[in-house]
Amino acid sequence: MSMRARAAGLGYQGRTAVVGFAHGPFVRVETVAGGRREIGAPEEEVLALRAALDAAARQLASLANAAGGEAAEILEFQVALLEDEDFLGPIFMAMRAGTPAEEAWSSVLDHQIADYRAAPDEYLRARSSDLLDLRERVLRTLLGDATKPLEIPRGAVVCADDLPPSRFLEMDWSSGGGLALLQGSPTSHVAMLARARGIPMVVQLGSVPNEARTALLDGESATLELDPGSAQIMLFERRREAHQKSRAAARAVLRGPTATWRGEKVRLLINIQQVADLEHPDAQYADGIGLMRTEFLLGGEAGLPDEERQFLTYDSVLRWAANRPVTIRTFDAGGDKPVPGFTPLGEANPFLGVRGLRLCLARPEVFAVQLRALARAAVHGNLKVMFPMVTVPEEFDAARQLFVDVVASLQAQGIAAALPELGIMVEVPAAALTVERFHAAFFSIGSNDLAQYVTACDRTNGALDKLCDPLHPGVLELIRRTAEYGRRAGIVVSLCGEMAGDRRCVPALLSCGLRELSVNPSSLAQVKQAIEHLNFGSAT
Amino acid sequence: MPIFPQKSRSNNKRAPKIDRKSSMLETCKPTSQIVTGSVQLVHAVGMHARPAVKLTKLAKKFHAHISIRARDGRDWINAKSVAKVMAMRAARDSIIEIRAAGGDADAAVAALIKLVADDFPDADP
Repeated sequence: MSMRARAAGLGYQGRTAVVGFAHGPFVRVETVAGGRREIGAPEEEVLALRAALDAAARQLASLANAAGGEAAEILEFQVALLEDEDFLGPIFMAMRAGTPAEEAWSSVLDHQIADYRAAPDEYLRARSSDLLDLRERVLRTLLGDATKPLEIPRGAVVCADDLPPSRFLEMDWSSGGGLALLQGSPTSHVAMLARARGIPMVVQLGSVPNEARTALLDGESATLELDPGSAQIMLFERRREAHQKSRAAARAVLRGPTATWRGEKVRLLINIQQVADLEHPDAQYADGIGLMRTEFLLGGEAGLPDEERQFLTYDSVLRWAANRPVTIRTFDAGGDKPVPGFTPLGEANPFLGVRGLRLCLARPEVFAVQLRALARAAVHGNLKVMFPMVTVPEEFDAARQLFVDVVASLQAQGIAAALPELGIMVEVPAAALTVERFHAAFFSIGSNDLAQYVTACDRTNGALDKLCDPLHPGVLELIRRTAEYGRRAGIVVSLCGEMAGDRRCVPALLSCGLRELSVNPSSLAQVKQAIEHLNFGSAT
Repeated sequence: MPIFPQKSRSNNKRAPKIDRKSSMLETCKPTSQIVTGSVQLVHAVGMHARPAVKLTKLAKKFHAHISIRARDGRDWINAKSVAKVMAMRAARDSIIEIRAAGGDADAAVAALIKLVADDFPDADP
């Protein structure tokens, strides 16, 4: 939350919530209700609050109606609270005892907000902003401050301390504009709504003057400039143009034909940590999903995930991919990813301990549930399943046997199930040196762990950053051997570690013979661009 | 067309249970019947806002007095109060006990169990 003054107008630095650019009139919106009212007798106070609650419920219902979808669901909770007599009871009781309406309302709401903020669960914590939204809406109505909806000039840069979702929805964003928040968070409900509408948004700007005529909001560098001079405007427009050009170029590259290297297609897939990662705008251009991690399913408070929840998750990803291949990796817990109740405690060296497939084979009751969900999902999609941390072929064979048994038992129960293509992650050096011994349908090189084990460097230890180099000739040699064996045997070999998304590493990977890389959605465009540039370089 | 979800749980540990007993518990009138039941919460993130709103909306369609609690002896709360249902903070996989008294208690318990067991489907029941 730093603040810095610039030569002409004033500039403020915040955090990016939604990338984009807005140049327009500056409008400061008070989100805390202002105004005063006469306090009446207890029965008048009760009537005043009743009227305010009714008005708030009507406003929320019509906003929810107009917005629909996700926005409507966010508001529905607030409407339900307004109809909850258990929730309102203590408020009216306090008023009958002589507490003025706004005080009774605020103190109960504040208490609840504090409660939600203290919740251990992220979902419940996020609800505190909805209660805050409701508190302010009712207070504004009570104070006679909300008779008319906010009129925002076209394309305005709206500035507020924080903007609750319902206020965002009240404004007309059809001609663009931007959102500059002094507080707020990139993961708030309002950020979600702004992102869906393509409204640039910067949060945590600290303090900003209340008055200004025009503003420049740069969602990329997270800056707000007030009453800019012509030089500032020129620089801003240049940044906007550069951003648009680079986005357009990236999009053009992504939309263009598959990348090639030495006449061979290079397939680019994406890695996802959770289903929401598919919302990245570039994800749609991927040739498939090269790595879907499943550890996020293990993170819940309620313990290990059941079959249904897993099935629905895998199924939704396969539906998204349509006919493109989706490679799902079975639970890779342990090492730097401990899971209470699943990973072993007290291992002296968890990176070399019971992790990945080793752990799944040790806990077949947990593993079988995941395999059942995968087998059911495999029926309608292009699913491949891979096992992490495999050292010897016997482990792969044992996992395959479990999978075969699971499919047979599902089918015996009359449940549609299929055995997907099975492959392994190549990340243990012993496996990389002996890939030909594994009867796998595909190999996926996990370069993060491979580099860590080959260089004997804990990759979470910052002091070893230089030594833990994925471009070490020893690492590249194992990648080259694996790719070469895949070519000879006609088995697809891909690489899904971080080096695939690092443009400095891409030439080396292509030289090793790899033609399939899996990267984070945000790296997709630049990796494809990097490959095209390499072609230019080699053509001259 | 393959048939999916519900079929798969043959060893159904979350099969809904409805027990009925004529009883004179607590504040209920001697003539009124208490219907109870329990169901496992399968919703991915537990009883958060969307399921809580659906549950209370459905509960309000019945005249019966309906209480719920997450098993393990916590207090019974009013199933028609969204604030109370949220504050229950029932996590995924927890067992929800339902208790209703009044004319349509039977139907109320059955409907709520179905809502939770079906994972709060979108269509209004």
